[in-house]
Amino acid sequence: MPQKFKTHQGFGPAGRHSLSRSLFTTEPRTLAILYLYLGLLAVTIGTLLSLAIRIHRTWPAWSFPFYGVPRPEDYLALVTMHGTLMIFYVLTVVPQSAFPNLVLPAQIGATRMSFPRLNAAAFWITLASLLVLLAAFFVPQGAPISGWTSYPPLSGLAAAGPGQGAGMDFWLVAITLFCFASILSSINFLATIFARRASGLTFGRLPLTVWSWLVSSALTIIAFSVLLAAAAMLLADRHCGTSFFLPSGLVLNGIPQPAGTGSPMLWLHLFWFFGHPEVYIVVLPGMGLASSILANFTRRPVPAYGLMVASTLLIGFLGLGVWGHHIFVSGMNPYAGTAFGLTTMAIALPSSAEILTWLVMLFRGRLRITTPALFILGFLSFFIAGGLTGPILAQPALDAYLHNTFFVVAHFHLVMAMAGVFSIFAGIYYWYPLLTGRRMSETLGHIHFWISLIAAYGTFFPMHFAGLAGEPRHYAQLAGPVTSFANLIPVERGITWSAFLLAAAQIVFIVNVFLSARPASRLGAQAGANPWQATTLEWSPTAHLTISNGPYQYGAAAGRKDDFLPQWASKNPV
Amino acid sequence: MPATFTRHQVETERKDTGYGGKPPLDRRPTGGGGGDDNWDSRPSGRRGPRELLIRYRLAVLSGLAGDFVFFAVLVSAFFVRQTSGHIDPTDSYVSDWHPLAVPPILWINTAILLLSTVTMETARRQLFHEIDIMEEWLGLGRPAVRRAAPWLIATILLGVAFLAGQWIAWKQLAQQGLFFSTDPNSHFFYLVTGCHGIHLALGIGALLFALVAMFRLKKVEFRQIAVDCTAWYWHAMSLFWAFLFVLIVFFQ
Amino acid sequence: MDWLPPNGALHGIALDRLLNINLALVFWIFVAAQILLVLALVWRPRASAKPSRTLLILDYAALAAFAGLYLWMLVSGHRLWAARRESASPSNAVKVEVTGVQFQWYFRYPGPDGQYGRTAPTLVSAPAGNPLGLDPTDPRSRDDIVSAILVLPAGQPVDLTLRAQDVIHGFFIPGMRLKQDAIPGRPGHLQFTPIATGDYPILCSQVCGLGHARMQSRLRVVSPPDYNRWLATREKIVEANAP
Repeated sequence: MPQKFKTHQGFGPAGRHSLSRSLFTTEPRTLAILYLYLGLLAVTIGTLLSLAIRIHRTWPAWSFPFYGVPRPEDYLALVTMHGTLMIFYVLTVVPQSAFPNLVLPAQIGATRMSFPRLNAAAFWITLASLLVLLAAFFVPQGAPISGWTSYPPLSGLAAAGPGQGAGMDFWLVAITLFCFASILSSINFLATIFARRASGLTFGRLPLTVWSWLVSSALTIIAFSVLLAAAAMLLADRHCGTSFFLPSGLVLNGIPQPAGTGSPMLWLHLFWFFGHPEVYIVVLPGMGLASSILANFTRRPVPAYGLMVASTLLIGFLGLGVWGHHIFVSGMNPYAGTAFGLTTMAIALPSSAEILTWLVMLFRGRLRITTPALFILGFLSFFIAGGLTGPILAQPALDAYLHNTFFVVAHFHLVMAMAGVFSIFAGIYYWYPLLTGRRMSETLGHIHFWISLIAAYGTFFPMHFAGLAGEPRHYAQLAGPVTSFANLIPVERGITWSAFLLAAAQIVFIVNVFLSARPASRLGAQAGANPWQATTLEWSPTAHLTISNGPYQYGAAAGRKDDFLPQWASKNPV
Repeated sequence: MPATFTRHQVETERKDTGYGGKPPLDRRPTGGGGGDDNWDSRPSGRRGPRELLIRYRLAVLSGLAGDFVFFAVLVSAFFVRQTSGHIDPTDSYVSDWHPLAVPPILWINTAILLLSTVTMETARRQLFHEIDIMEEWLGLGRPAVRRAAPWLIATILLGVAFLAGQWIAWKQLAQQGLFFSTDPNSHFFYLVTGCHGIHLALGIGALLFALVAMFRLKKVEFRQIAVDCTAWYWHAMSLFWAFLFVLIVFFQ
Repeated sequence: MDWLPPNGALHGIALDRLLNINLALVFWIFVAAQILLVLALVWRPRASAKPSRTLLILDYAALAAFAGLYLWMLVSGHRLWAARRESASPSNAVKVEVTGVQFQWYFRYPGPDGQYGRTAPTLVSAPAGNPLGLDPTDPRSRDDIVSAILVLPAGQPVDLTLRAQDVIHGFFIPGMRLKQDAIPGRPGHLQFTPIATGDYPILCSQVCGLGHARMQSRLRVVSPPDYNRWLATREKIVEANAP
């Protein structure tokens, strides 16, 4: 067994690159590591912010060390920045930028990206965007308070609240940069997938991860272009005297505003035309990974491969037509409400098809219980738990009660945040040997998984009940002038303790990641060239291949003594 | 001690003939398909110069798809704005959409831009003339580049003329007292013409780059790529403008 | 389920029933799916090498069942929605105009003449007692009643006009199963019939600035005679204060 496993990219263990080589690299695996570090930074800050949110909700009078008791605007700034960091810089960056850089070229048998410099530029723009966003904390009046959706006029007028001046500008600039970066990297991924596949790697032989990145990259180009245009118009409203989103007759703090001529509804539609595809950009790569990992660890091919591909494409396509279900309560035309309810129910079908196929896969072979497999089971569990409340929220009549309550918070934290994060963990545990030549510790992996799973349910499941009780989002305190929600206090306290546990469990993961990489570490183990006995090309020892096999030839489908036939193996082994 | 040979320039250029030493043509010039020259069975990146061109085209086209959505959003804002008036305090519906008197110079600008698209396409086609390209590939001269250059320069001049015309249109509107922030229609007009103008300025930059690249790049296929990608971008911008123009003139 | 606050609206009865059926269905599907996942971990028979057809057939059968479930949800949800939304409010409906202002709800009753008076942004002044900017020169606005709480008679249909002065607010009465955004520049309508007397909190459900969490008011549903008495008292006050 080779001490240092080298992939055909000629990339050895991580951490051996000098700083300057990292800074100007166009090597996708190095970029993947940089993206992962960026995601780690963002997720750390985002998690700390969420803990601050929980502490303040549970113990409103508690004074933070070195800061004091948060003011109401501080709480809203925490919520806004938590959402923005997590959605853009963690849940988008890691599955849609870090993972493709890590394995996409290898999985299609390419030696490099189509546009390496464009790809590298996208990383640096993303980093600049993150720094601009974080700088919003330090400008006068602090970070913006209008939530990650930034509805105008609250986001269009600097006087509408603290943080809506410079803080909001920083937010908008950060988002603009992020849009550019995402579009650039997606152009590169699309061109790479279309033009750089190894010979013989037809579309029918692509791993489902690649199909996912194909669809999510196309969605990225469309969705982020919309957000870019909307952000440009909002910036023009703020600084050039236009009023695309500002209506007439506004009176702010008793002061009449200059007559506007626009409509906030335009922003709602544009934002959610971006916002809903964004959800699929976040979750599609995880869905592709789930298929690959389940096939691998049950040693059975993906059944109904065509159905899975069709579902992925259909989800991407329908995902562009469901945005209205985020604004059922905006007083939209009732017939539009029905139409968006219909498209939303329609998109539930391909999602259900994928989930049911995964469940079938679990029982077609014996599941090898490894950490990546466990995390994919966790992904499935959350995707089902959060997904099932989707069709409830898709009914405009029911949404009129549940909209913007904690029921929705529970829904998207389960279906997008937790499912997304668990698929990210699965990816990291699964592909770790590619970067380090070692496997992460299984013991620590199991501990990390079980604590995270239980704590995540403990955190987000009770939120359904808070939502049913009518508790709205973005409330700094449970008790208001009229409401007390006193019966929810024990629930809220439980959520907070559970959130602490969830955050603490991630320390186990960090320890595992950094200690398992050391060559002589007692944690983890040496990985061979193909530690999971996988079939897809990122585990291939050589480059310049001709492909003659499908992506998931496990078990009987391998047709030979080993129970798997890698894609790089020749068709008829002697 | 090996003897030093001075290579003839033709020989040097022939050595640099790109990926797999294939001429950048659609079909193999041997005509008979002889030999083991099945490019498609080679690994990606080694399937001949056409592959590279296709890859660049893909990137430009997917970027343009995003751009198309960007403009579509601006246009949707136009329609939303046009059809939504507001309700004044006495509960009567007021439509505050005032059609904008389109400066007549826009007609001339549009004609100029459409003409530039023709010159651009002519320039692009010069670089895909099979005989000329073979000649360039063999290092016998640069007939394609020589023929394309005037058309490219013409495109640049027309592009600059268009931008100047747009600037004049802005000035004329400003003289009428219509600025970016005046009314909903002027927001829209300045925003789309401004965004389109920025795109076109970038296009002129790309044209200048392509012009220099045609003479400076050694490999024929890179010359083709530079001109080809610029051409698709330029065509898309003309097309976008044609739509925006129709919108501004006829759908107010 | 008693997680929901007590319902006081006519449409809330059907809504609660549908919501509870939905929740129960979804909950048991959730439990079944989680059992399957756990089963995959603990019950691990040696699987046959041959791919099993039955599982795939089960897959498609379950998919068809889910398609039926979603169709039922769509149709039943649409029925409620259509009943609430696709008709105008009856002419005898009690009319109240709701205005959201950072961070306060105001309720304006049209008064005896049944018409809302003119308002102007320049006249808005909460300290001077004119938070909505009523124009005193308009005779229709002289009898308008502006209240900080919403008082409604039980059993009568209500038609609310939703407005916002500054930013988007979310008009939310959990006890009435009502929620709609008040969007500046674009008045909206909301109709319902309160049936149970009592006090119900009114909240803001759309983040509107630093005072979002304390932007609350109260809906008081009273019997029709009590309502008329309250209205008469307020009308007298308005008359007394008239210039």
